[in-house]
Amino acid sequence: MDSSIQVRRFEEEFARLRKRQRFELFGYSLLFLAVFHLAADFSQLTLERLAAGLPRIGEYLGKTLPEIKLASLFSDIGVWYYGFLKWLKLLGDTFLIALMATLFGAVGGFVLCFPASRNLAGHYWVYFTFRRIAEVARCVPEVVYALIFVVAFGIGPFAGFLALTIHTTGALGKLFAEANENIDERQLDGVRAAGGNWFETIRYAALPQVLPNFTTYTLWRLELNVRSAAIVGFVGAGGIGQELYQAISLNYYEDVSAIVLMVVVTITLIDLVCERIRHRIIGRESLQWA
Amino acid sequence: MGLSAASIDAAQLASLRERFPRAFSRTPRERAILIACLVGLSAFIVFCLVRFDASPARIVNGMERFGKIAGALFPPTPGEAFWDLVKAMLESVGMAFLGTLIAAVVAVPLGFLGARNVLPIQLLRFPIRRSFDFLRGVDALVWALVYVRAVGLGPLAGVLAIATTDVGIFAKLFAEAIENVERKQVEGVRAAGGNAVKTVRFGILPQVLPIMLSNVLYMFESNTRSATILGIIGAGGIGFALSDRIRAHRWDEVGFIIIMIIVVVALIDFVSHMLRTRVIKAGVNRPLIRMEDPVAPAAPAVEPGKAR
Repeated sequence: MDSSIQVRRFEEEFARLRKRQRFELFGYSLLFLAVFHLAADFSQLTLERLAAGLPRIGEYLGKTLPEIKLASLFSDIGVWYYGFLKWLKLLGDTFLIALMATLFGAVGGFVLCFPASRNLAGHYWVYFTFRRIAEVARCVPEVVYALIFVVAFGIGPFAGFLALTIHTTGALGKLFAEANENIDERQLDGVRAAGGNWFETIRYAALPQVLPNFTTYTLWRLELNVRSAAIVGFVGAGGIGQELYQAISLNYYEDVSAIVLMVVVTITLIDLVCERIRHRIIGRESLQWA
Repeated sequence: MGLSAASIDAAQLASLRERFPRAFSRTPRERAILIACLVGLSAFIVFCLVRFDASPARIVNGMERFGKIAGALFPPTPGEAFWDLVKAMLESVGMAFLGTLIAAVVAVPLGFLGARNVLPIQLLRFPIRRSFDFLRGVDALVWALVYVRAVGLGPLAGVLAIATTDVGIFAKLFAEAIENVERKQVEGVRAAGGNAVKTVRFGILPQVLPIMLSNVLYMFESNTRSATILGIIGAGGIGFALSDRIRAHRWDEVGFIIIMIIVVVALIDFVSHMLRTRVIKAGVNRPLIRMEDPVAPAAPAVEPGKAR
């Protein structure tokens, strides 16, 4: 008897739940369709335009592929990569931009992060101001900074370096500050109780706890910066991006594929190396704690 | 005992210094290494600055010009084109939305193909996974430039560019999510006689859908950021207005556009963050059936033998 009542209740409850779920699904679908329609309207996306565009993309990408025959494999590749040394040098510039920007950005983020963390800033308004500075520096895309710095400092890698540095300072400042906020507070109290001032508290209580995090974040940022450094060249901020932009604008089809391939391979290699170093740092840390 | 600060004498201090040299100062060796590192670093920085063509005169002049620009950003004004700017901003958000959506739809089947537990054949999976990496490795801005050449100026190129990069990202993330599903549920559906489609639908999809949704929302957030700059190379959205104003040196309007970008991106971040926490919560503890008045505690537990 009991069980049959339970079964009936179960069935009723189940039916009610299903009904509500269907209702919700319907509502969300309507909302979604409305947003979709609006978005399609704003970005002028229609099926005809899409249908007209897609074959042309295939055509374009087909043109960028080099003609390589098996019989003359090496000479064909040689023709394809006629500018290999020049591109390699530009890629080197791009990597230097990323490295320098990561270095200076890490120093900037390091300076910024202590007053920007809630538990170390001391005063709420100090924390608030520095946190907002970091967020604004991080919120504006690198390319926008690059556009402005190209006007101020002239075309070339220096503008790209400055643009990436500011963005990195903001991004790392925020990440570092978040790491600071998660530390063990008792060590701060310990140094303070021993008579340490603000700098000593940070040097001997906060820093040893967060330094491994800082290192991994910085390496991770280096990976992202290599990607960005290849891009800021589009607006005249040096490196391989400038060359790629020209190749695409002037329709040097085969150059496009050659340069893109070089960039992708470089990025993948740097990612792999950074990942390995990061894992090693994390691994050593966890061994120390064990 | 004998080490309290008052009772320590010079001899004890000297012996302590001898026993624990690192507690007092760096050893000469460490100091030499440190100095060498600093010198090397400085040399590297100088080399880079020379390579970047950054002469002191250039830096000073640039700083001066940059100071003027930074001053001219304020007070920000929309100029005469406030509604045009709003429309361009909405176009950017629309591009991000559609690009993310298209990528998500395309990436679901690709994600299944890239997952080890769905497609166990390494030889097929390897090229699939590498092509995800390639799509991901080329930045949306590069794709946008290519698509502008192929389909012409306008937001369509931007939508396609965002979609292309995101297909690579989503397919990789989805494949990883699918690889991490709990096997028991899959086996349960199979044991109950479900075929391959039903296994995917009832065994895998309920587990990965919340993860996928939260990834998609997160990427929408980040794509809004990218969509604001795609216009710089002619792929639609607010970026076109921005680069236009920068080239014309109308800095007060540049200031306005930058502030608009920051506000809209922060807004989208907020909404997406809210939705993501809801989606994840709903995925973790969604009650299958909620009993309104639980009978269980009062009613005697049904004994297995008597139940039927």
